[in-house]
Amino acid sequence: MQISTTVNGLSHTNEVEARTLLVHYIRDVLRLTGTNVGCDTSSCGACTVLLNGESVKSCTVLAVQADGQEITTIEGMASESGLHPIQKAFQENHGLQCGYCTPGMVMAAASFLHENPSPTEKEVREALEGNLCRCTGYHNIVKSVLAAAGEMGGAR
Amino acid sequence: MFPASFEYVKANSIRDAISILSDDDDAKVLAGGHSLLPLMKLRLAAPGTLVDIGGIRELSYIEDKGDHIAIGALTRHHDIEHSGLLKESVPFLSYVASLVGDPSVRHRGTIGGSISHGDGASDLPAAVLALDGDLVVEGPSGERIIKASEFFIGFLETALGQGEILKEIRVPKITGGWSYQKFNRRAQDWAIVGVAAVSVGETKVSLVNMGSVPLRAYATEETLKNGGSIEEASEKASEGLQPPSDLNASAEYRKHLAKVLVNRALTETLAQ
Repeated sequence: MQISTTVNGLSHTNEVEARTLLVHYIRDVLRLTGTNVGCDTSSCGACTVLLNGESVKSCTVLAVQADGQEITTIEGMASESGLHPIQKAFQENHGLQCGYCTPGMVMAAASFLHENPSPTEKEVREALEGNLCRCTGYHNIVKSVLAAAGEMGGAR
Repeated sequence: MFPASFEYVKANSIRDAISILSDDDDAKVLAGGHSLLPLMKLRLAAPGTLVDIGGIRELSYIEDKGDHIAIGALTRHHDIEHSGLLKESVPFLSYVASLVGDPSVRHRGTIGGSISHGDGASDLPAAVLALDGDLVVEGPSGERIIKASEFFIGFLETALGQGEILKEIRVPKITGGWSYQKFNRRAQDWAIVGVAAVSVGETKVSLVNMGSVPLRAYATEETLKNGGSIEEASEKASEGLQPPSDLNASAEYRKHLAKVLVNRALTETLAQ
């Protein structure tokens, strides 16, 4: 089937099998490998991307369901002027250890901060409930998201 | 993990979807896909055709109809969680929706999908049971209304007939107390046991993961109706039920949890 998407601001038209998962479309067809496959069962959140601005687990969305939609992956976060404030906050607050969950964490945080620009620590923890860090580095991840909220103008 | 191959058809209207479904008994409806796609990836389901109704925007709404609230089947958990109208009129449902999966799951999953899937371990089917809601279904021969209490008939099996689609969920406005007790080990998990209690006139109680379908705790409700205490009603929580045993809990432990959680749910509900 032919699908057309806008990924990180660029238009793509590709031929995919109906059963192709969005995450495989992103990784294998578009060759954007920043989005990881973790559990493949919509539990871990490593494959989180934005679909029309909202976080989704791309292992549980068909590529054909994203036809005509807008997708943002981790590669779409930084701009010419540098890292996105969320990425920068992860860097400065040591919000990553092995880094495998990081793209998903950043995308989930981006979706959440758009919805709730000045969250409490508890709200950040709840917002990230669908993203697992097997290094268990949650403390600094939460710290990073709170720092990003401050940087982006939503400090509480 | 890929699902097995299937034909993909995008439906532009509910009539369109019904006509495709009526002619193909190996077709399944795809909404948000957060119940169906995991099953397909595990090859527990392998429909020959997926009819994607996700683009039918008219099926996503939450409307005040005076004595009840009407919710379009494609309304997402996220929308139910954050709806001002529901928070005001049926806060119970917003609260239950906020406990489904995690925020990313709630961005995709729909109430109609969850109910049509009919999983006895899911939160929303049990919530609609406790609300004694009405399910509006459309099929080849028109529209009919199925009571939530008559909708769940077997393991992942509902009263939906060939070619029928759930299109609207009607729930009463809550006038009394309510409670939802979800017992799980990790935030995003399914309930090991869940208990919903809602007072609209009488108090209705439903159970999550206490059998192959979402269940009403009729013995508990009956005890309350006859003037029994919360303690007495809780003792009846699992009367006549055969809960499953799995890695998370044995059947005996589930019966114990049901008793404790019904007690907590009724205490919270009747104190409001």
